[in-house]
Amino acid sequence: METAVFIVCAAIVLAGALGVVLARNPVHAALSLVGTLFGMAVLFLNLEAHFLAAVQIIVYAGAIVVLFLFVIMLLGVDRLEDLSVEPITGQRTLAILAGVGTFVLAVAFLLGSGIGPSDPGPKILTLDITDQSTYSNLRQIADFLFTDYVYAFEATAALLTISVVGAVVMSRRMACSDEAQESAGDD
Amino acid sequence: MTAALGPTVFGIDPLYVGGAGLAEVLITLLKVGVAFAVLLVAVMLMIWFERKLISDMQNRIGPNLAGPFGIFQTLADGIKLFFKEDLIPEQSDRLVFKLAPYLSLVPAFLVFAVVPVGGDFSGGNGRVSLFGHETFLQVSDPPVGILLVLAMSSVAVYGVMLAGWSSGSKYPLLASVRASAQMVSYEAALGLSLAAVLLKSGSLSTNQIVAEQSVWNWNLWVTWVVPMVIFLIAATAELNRPPFDLVEAEQELVGGFHTEYSSIRFALFFLAEFMNTITMSAIIVTLFLGGPNGPDFTTVGWLSGLLWFFIKLMLFLFAFVWLRATLPRFRYDQLMDLGWKLLIPLSLGWLLVLASYDVAGDRGWNRAAAVIVMLAIMAALAGLLALALRAARQRRELDPQGGFA
Repeated sequence: METAVFIVCAAIVLAGALGVVLARNPVHAALSLVGTLFGMAVLFLNLEAHFLAAVQIIVYAGAIVVLFLFVIMLLGVDRLEDLSVEPITGQRTLAILAGVGTFVLAVAFLLGSGIGPSDPGPKILTLDITDQSTYSNLRQIADFLFTDYVYAFEATAALLTISVVGAVVMSRRMACSDEAQESAGDD
Repeated sequence: MTAALGPTVFGIDPLYVGGAGLAEVLITLLKVGVAFAVLLVAVMLMIWFERKLISDMQNRIGPNLAGPFGIFQTLADGIKLFFKEDLIPEQSDRLVFKLAPYLSLVPAFLVFAVVPVGGDFSGGNGRVSLFGHETFLQVSDPPVGILLVLAMSSVAVYGVMLAGWSSGSKYPLLASVRASAQMVSYEAALGLSLAAVLLKSGSLSTNQIVAEQSVWNWNLWVTWVVPMVIFLIAATAELNRPPFDLVEAEQELVGGFHTEYSSIRFALFFLAEFMNTITMSAIIVTLFLGGPNGPDFTTVGWLSGLLWFFIKLMLFLFAFVWLRATLPRFRYDQLMDLGWKLLIPLSLGWLLVLASYDVAGDRGWNRAAAVIVMLAIMAALAGLLALALRAARQRRELDPQGGFA
């Protein structure tokens, strides 16, 4: 059963990923990304990581891709792109190299760790359904986040806040200086 | 195989404890079927209820021809819409245009799956006996129950957004950009006010949240009222109901994101909208008003829960219609100001005040003192926020382009 779910979801994830790369319309690409994210969410469910699955949908599908679509619609770039032109020279060669490199690293990690069909590896988050106190492995995630990894967690939160503030400051500044130049030059 | 997967993936239901055989599968299918049918009929009645109530409030008669008191008007409208010509605009993105109504409808259905509509919570832990099998009166009780509601309301944004975009017409596009900004903004306030409930309940499962609230000890009192008010406002905005119905501001946008839709696709959007109203009211009842909890006044145990749930649900459905009949539509900047500058800071601050109360209790500090200190800190922060907002407004008045020339 788990294997069947995995195969179906993996197919959805891969199809979505191909769609992101191959779709000519940016909106279709973004929608394919949503498909990939949903496939990933079901894969998380298959691993009994309920919270990760829910957050995957709320944060990635619900907020981030919505913002992608938002920008696409607001900027009006939702027309067909000409794929024959490479925006940055050498970008595609570098992208292929990076992709192959990441794949090799992932395979090397899997082979090195000895995790395989015979040995599924240690379960970090175990769920004992007969015990009501560990009813959800959310508790275990919370324990990890707020004890062992609290500094990493807080640092990530600070990083996100700083990037938001930075984005606002930069967009305001640049618009102001553009305006100053415009009023100095054109008018 | 199913036994191994069932309990953990679909949630902890006493039904699956002994493994899932044919009887368990049939009972689950029955629950799904009943939930589906009840929701559809409820939408039909809700539309009739809304039209009748609004006409009463406006001194009109309202629908009165189809069936007794016009109760079959919605059915007649539905059949009419079904047989109308299905138009797809020339400029549209056909695939996405056809997909969008379903992206609105499916999340609306799925949310209802986690709502416990009945059951004996006064010691019975919400269990009822169905054909000799113990189960919950809800389709599913996943461990992340209430997060499913947030996830589905974020997926519902796609329906509105893509409907507007794929129409290939400018008014729907404007409406959908507007709507998605509104829904994404208010989702933050919705989630933060929800966090107050989760803090007090200590569980994400809807069944546990209801079980934590006894007959009268509702989360409404436990979280000191404010989170529910925020949740109600944010939910109204999330539902695109008046006074936050900028999505279909007829005066400005012709019809809104569904301007180009006709026939059954148009009907699906309306089905989703009214269904969302019902499910969101059910979620508010579950979160803040104790769901099916209430004093048992019937001889049949399971009936009391259902009745209490229905009474509480009707309260909110009436309130939503009442709001529509009473309040004029917000301006868009007012809507965004309310969401970002009032509701989000308030719900975040309230969460911290509630948390300070709990922490003080755990550490043996004086709870009142802890809450007063926390309120003082929050007041100082609110003052700073108000100052920053005033400075920003003054700068905007000096430079109306706001730097984005």
